[in-house]
Formats: sequence, C-alpha cells, structure tokens
Amino acid sequence: MNTTHTLLDARGINKSFLGIAALENVDFSLRHGEVHALLGENGAGKSTLIKILTGVYNRDGGTMMLEGTEVAPATVAEAQDLGIGTVYQEVNLLENLTVAENLFLGRQPRRFGLVDKREMRRRARALLQDYGLDIDVDALLSSYSVAIRQIIAIARAVDLSGKVLVLDEPTASLDSHEVEMVFSVLRKLRDRGLGIIIITHFLNQVYDIADRVTVLRNGRMVGTREIAGLPRMELISMMLGRDLQHITRDHHALEETVAATSAPIRFAGYGKRGSIAPFDLDIHPGEVVGIAGLLGSGRTETAFLLFGIDRPDSGTAHIDGEAVKITSPEAAIAHGFGFCPEERKSDGIISEFSVSENIALALQARQGWARPVSARQKAELADEFIRSLDIRPPDPDRPIKFLSGGNQQKAILARWLATGPRLLILDEPTRGIDIGAHTEILRMIERLCADGMSLVVISSELEELTAVAHRVIVLADRRHVAELTGGAVTADNIMAAIADPARTEAA
Amino acid sequence: MIHTRNLPFVAALAIFLLAYLACVLQFPNMLSTRVLGNLLTDNAFLGIAAVGMTFVILSGGIDLSIGSVIAFTSVFVASMVGSLGVNPIVAFAAVLAISTTFGASMGLMIRFLSIPPFVATLAGMFLARGAAYLISTQSVPISHPVIDAIQGFYFRFPGGGRLTAMAMLMLVVFVVGAFVAGRTRFGANVYALGGNPQSAELMGVPVGRTTIGIYALSGFLSGLAGIAYTLYTSSGYSLATVGVELDAIAAVVIGGTLLTGGAGLVAGTFVGILIQGLIQTYIVFDGSLSSWWTKIVIGILLFTFIVLQRAIVWYSDRRLAEGRLKEA
Repeated sequence: MNTTHTLLDARGINKSFLGIAALENVDFSLRHGEVHALLGENGAGKSTLIKILTGVYNRDGGTMMLEGTEVAPATVAEAQDLGIGTVYQEVNLLENLTVAENLFLGRQPRRFGLVDKREMRRRARALLQDYGLDIDVDALLSSYSVAIRQIIAIARAVDLSGKVLVLDEPTASLDSHEVEMVFSVLRKLRDRGLGIIIITHFLNQVYDIADRVTVLRNGRMVGTREIAGLPRMELISMMLGRDLQHITRDHHALEETVAATSAPIRFAGYGKRGSIAPFDLDIHPGEVVGIAGLLGSGRTETAFLLFGIDRPDSGTAHIDGEAVKITSPEAAIAHGFGFCPEERKSDGIISEFSVSENIALALQARQGWARPVSARQKAELADEFIRSLDIRPPDPDRPIKFLSGGNQQKAILARWLATGPRLLILDEPTRGIDIGAHTEILRMIERLCADGMSLVVISSELEELTAVAHRVIVLADRRHVAELTGGAVTADNIMAAIADPARTEAA
Repeated sequence: MIHTRNLPFVAALAIFLLAYLACVLQFPNMLSTRVLGNLLTDNAFLGIAAVGMTFVILSGGIDLSIGSVIAFTSVFVASMVGSLGVNPIVAFAAVLAISTTFGASMGLMIRFLSIPPFVATLAGMFLARGAAYLISTQSVPISHPVIDAIQGFYFRFPGGGRLTAMAMLMLVVFVVGAFVAGRTRFGANVYALGGNPQSAELMGVPVGRTTIGIYALSGFLSGLAGIAYTLYTSSGYSLATVGVELDAIAAVVIGGTLLTGGAGLVAGTFVGILIQGLIQTYIVFDGSLSSWWTKIVIGILLFTFIVLQRAIVWYSDRRLAEGRLKEA
C-alpha cells in the first residue's frame, strides 16, 4: 500500500565532509498529501539531508526515488525541475526586486524574446490569489512583512516544482498569528496532494501541522513515526536519546537572599525616545532578571540600552552608588557587563575565527589592545571553557562557523565568562538551539548566578523564564508594563500582563 | 507611481534638467543642437564603457580594467590598421573578440576562484595597460578609407548639429543595454545577483554563467568604447584613457545606480554621462574656469548622490519598521 502513496523515497543516504560523517545510512520517505516534520538537535544532520534532497549537496551514497524513478539532482535548478522546491529560513527571496519579479525570476513569461512584464504581473496576481494574498505585486519585496514574504516564497517554490515542498524553519521569526497564516497555506497545499517536509524547533507546531515525523540524531536516523498517538515525552526522548531533565527554581528561597542586599546596579528613568520608554531597573548580585514580551515590544531595545549600544536620552545609571555613563559597549565592558546578542550569526561570532580566538575576544577588548592575550593564555582559556561548557567538537582551533548553533552559543558565553563579568545580558540565549543544549544553557545560568553573577535574560519562551528568573519584567508596546517577583512568576501571569498591561499595573 | 528604488534616477534627471536650464539662462547659445551633438560625440566612448560598468555595478561588482582595455584596443586597432595594413573591420572584430574573452576570463576568476572583483579587475587593469605598452608606447596615427568613411558619416540636426556615427553607436548601446537590463532574463539575473548572491543562487539563478556574462559584456563594451575612442582621436595611444573607469563609475552612481548593486537603471547612466558632459561644456563656454572644476563638481555630485542613496535606504527601512509596528 505504501508504494502507491510514496512520493519521495530516500534510502541509505550517506554524506561526509572532510572525512567527518554528517549523515550515515539515513532513510527518509514522504507520501503524497502529508506534512512530514524533520526533527533533531543542532548538528543532527537535518540541514544536510535537506540539502541533498534539494540538490545543494551531492550524496556520497544511497538511492533516492521520486515517484518510483531514481533521481540525483546535482543543482537546485535540477531539483526544481524534478518537482522539489525549497523555502529557506534566512536566505530566501530578493528584497531589491518586486514581488512579481521574485515569483518569476528565471522563468519570466516572454514575448518576442523580451520579458513580458504585464503578463508577469497578471500571473503573479493570479498566483497569489490562490494563497489568499491580495497585494501590490509591483511593490518591492522589502515592503512586506516576513510572514507575507514567507508565503510568497512558498508560492514560488510550489509553482516552480509542485510535488515536494521543503521548508527549513519557516516559522522561526514569525509570531503566532503569522505562524497560523503560514500553516493554513500549508494545510491547503497538503490537501492538494503535495508532500511537505518541514524542519522546526517548535514541538507545538509539529503536533499542530505534521502527520509524520522523522528524527535524526548525530547524523543517524532514530526513526519515523505517525504523530497521532505519539506522546510528546517519547518524541523528545527520541530527539535527545535521554530523558529530559526538568529545571525548576525554588523562587522563595532565592528571593530572601536577593532582598537582603541593596542593589549595586541601578538604572533609573532610563529610556530612549522611539525605542523604549523610561524604566527603572535594579539588579542584585546573584539575581536572574527575566525580560518577557512579544516580538517588537522593546526587549532587545532594553538590552541595547543597558549595554550601551544605544545611548539613552533620559535617566541615570549607578554602579555601587556611583553615577556612571554607559554610552558604548566598551564602557559597558569596562564596568563588567557582558552581552550575548540575539543574532548570533551576524552580531555574535566572527565566523572565520577559531573557537579559541572567539573566546578570547572580549577579554582582549577589556584588557585593551596594548596588552595582548598571549597564545598560551588563549589556549588555557579555550581548554577550560571547552571542558566546563562541554563545547563540541572539543577542538579550539576549528573555525567557529563549523560548530552547531548550540555550541556557538556556548563559545559566546565562554567569551564573556572569561572576562568575569558582574552582569551578563543574554538575548534569546536558546534561540535556534536544540533541547539538549537548551537544558545545559539553562543549568549554566543557574550555576552562574549561584556564583554571585547577575543576569538579565531576554526570552520569548515563557517556560524558560519561569524556570530560571527570580523576577520578570514584562514589556508591551515598548514600555515596561509589569514586574513579577517570587511566586507570581508564572507563564499565566506573564501572558496576562502582556495581554492587559493596565490591569496588572493597577493590581 | 515612482518606485523608491528609482528615486535617485528621477533626482539625477531633475538635476540635469535644472542645470541645463541654468546654463541656458547664462549662455543662451548652449541651447543648440550643435552643443548637444558635440556633447554626445565627445562622451561617446565613455558612455559605451559606462553601460558595461552599469551591469557590473548592478551585479554588486566593479570593473577597474575599462580604461586600460580602451587604451589597449585603440593601440591594437591603430597598429593593425596603421602599421600592418589590416582591414579595419577585421581589426575591429579581432579586438572585440579579445576584449570579450578578456572580460570573460576575469569573470571566470571572480566566480570560480572567488577573487573579489576589485582585485581581479585590478589585475586586469595592469595586464591590459601592459599589453598596450607592449604594442607601442608611441601614439600610432591611423588612416584608412573605411575609417574615414565612418568618421565622415553623420546626420545633420536642424540647427547645424551633427549626430556622428560614434554618438549613434553610443545611443544604440544605451537602448540595447536598457532592454537587456530591464526586459531579459539575463538582466533580471544581474539585479538578483546584486541583491543577494546566495539567495539568487538558491532561487536557481545561474550565478556562474551570469557573472561571466556580465564581465564579458563589460569587456566587449570596453572594446567597443576603445574603437569609438580610436575613431574619435584617429589614433591609438597606450598612455590614453587613464582613469576612465573612474569616470564611468561616477556616471553610473550619479545616474542613480546603487553602488552596492541591485538597484539602478541603464537610462540613469545616460543621464550621468549627460551631466558630466554638461559640466565640461559649461566650463568651455565660461572660458575662465579651469578644467579641474569638472572634477570638483563631479566630486560634489558623487557625494550628494551617495548621501541621497543612503537617505532613501534609511527612509524605506524606517517606513518598513513603522509598517511592522502598525501590524503588531
């Protein structure tokens, strides 16, 4: 029965890079009219598998059958011609072209050898109507939101290939309303008989949209299962290969120690017009202050202000009772601050540098360029943190770009820990990181504050905040609207504060 | 509706028209077909080369070899025709084949050896200049019935102006260039490359073929510009046209093409050429100004346009951010 329904069948796929196996003997099958989720920790081989299916990489071994015929796409264009289309998470469409140009790049309708722009516009409008989008196809892509761009990318990929649609983390930067918008499009496509492969980190979304799930771990296949009737804990343990250890915080016990001391780091009336309304923030040693809010509520803006990336236009900062001006990251580092930004790839790592060089960066900046960090010191630092944070692979000289997201994040953390900061600001420390590394990073946050370090943790995952934070500041509309402490730090309370700031303030 | 991405072009056109109006108010004689005809003829070779440069810059690259290739072409043609007595048509065909191959091989290096365009074409610049010296370091005069015929060919405007063969060639190149950029798949691929090469590749743009095509086109047009230059000066000289690539870049940027690639119009480059020509003409009419003023005005214009481009990018980003806030 399976054979008649199987659209794509890959068997025994092997792939290695420079002698390191990325995929070993992986089987993957996709039926007509199903959404198939591909899960795994960072570095499990999801992206490699996708890239083999879509012609970006060539497989070293194994067979791939599309509707019963053996295929071996050597380029993206070849895969498209075979009927396999892809929508990537980051690099997607071209912002400098119009919507219509994006939809028809490389296959523009032509008349007398010249591109027929009128026909192209007409077709673009007709195509998008199918997806419930009635937008100006002549406007630049950059004038539309990420969700709409994602749907345009899906429309292009489906129109181009029409059998298999591959989505690599399509919802990573969307809010819940936008996710629903994209998912309703996917459901419609599934009902049309398309096979859809989706990579995502969000388990809720897997249960929401997927029919089957395939789990990879360390380049090997763990299994393929029907989602219906698959308990969540079982899925997670498939991904981790170990039972997830829960982290819970005893809020009350820590609250006492925190309250006993007066705050050495105080921000009063701190704000920047157009970015974030003035707020007060006291930070005690050994305290984790969580910052919650929706995308665009001013979370990152708050971090930028605290770390001196943006200059405040009101308010004062005091450290140990002395007024200080934090007008640049350099000044912030001098005061013992550290910051792990949200955009790891663009703002965090220097991808060509080795792990040990990346770790030594902040220490070097703090010491000043006149006192270089010696090679031996660098090596010691790298060894120490690779061991204590369990950075894998444990090779200090490997360029950091070859590490998985979770391990890159650990290296950035190591960079700041090397400076021995008193305040560490983490913006989405677990974004794009698998559950295993997730747990490790949360546990590390606990350990750090037990050592007396203060942390500001920005996160869109409420469970994460309630697990680690002593106190949660809730943001909405670029204002600090509520502060929850101790036992009041629950996901429900945070959501209530986001939803209805006025009421929480009054209470 | 005008796209924000074409705003710099509109601004350039407005500046040209205003400047021309101002010139005419001061020197009414500047409003004549004679001036216009000379302006086109004098800048024909630069215009042809600038079309090639437009494609290169639209794709996010740069071609520094243009001036050297023009010099090489002119010396090569002059030597072939003047010293060896080859038929000019044969010499033209040969030199176009050489310059196109030359451009294509720079494209090959850029694509397959991942050498930045700046470096690859810098090497090309020295190579072509050196090859020109190798042929002759003297100015080689050229005279041949065919060349005389081409030089003597023109349409007469009402008012006495002449549309010479070189000016016609330039206009044809601009028209064809505008069609290629705006109405062919190759053109769309050039814009796509300039927007984001990774995205373009993932969207199925043949990056290798397009890159090589772009630099081959720029090489071909440099060769064509060299032929126009040879006809214009009736000689070939290996020390000539130093820095013409920079004039071409200036014309492209003043014409509103984003120096980082991805946005701009071939027509804009034409306006850029007209603005440069207008400044030179004004200085000739004035008579008391040093010709260095051309450079100073072009410098000021370049600054103005780069600032304008930044302002437009900043403005559209801000509008986008505001739009997102409204949605949220």
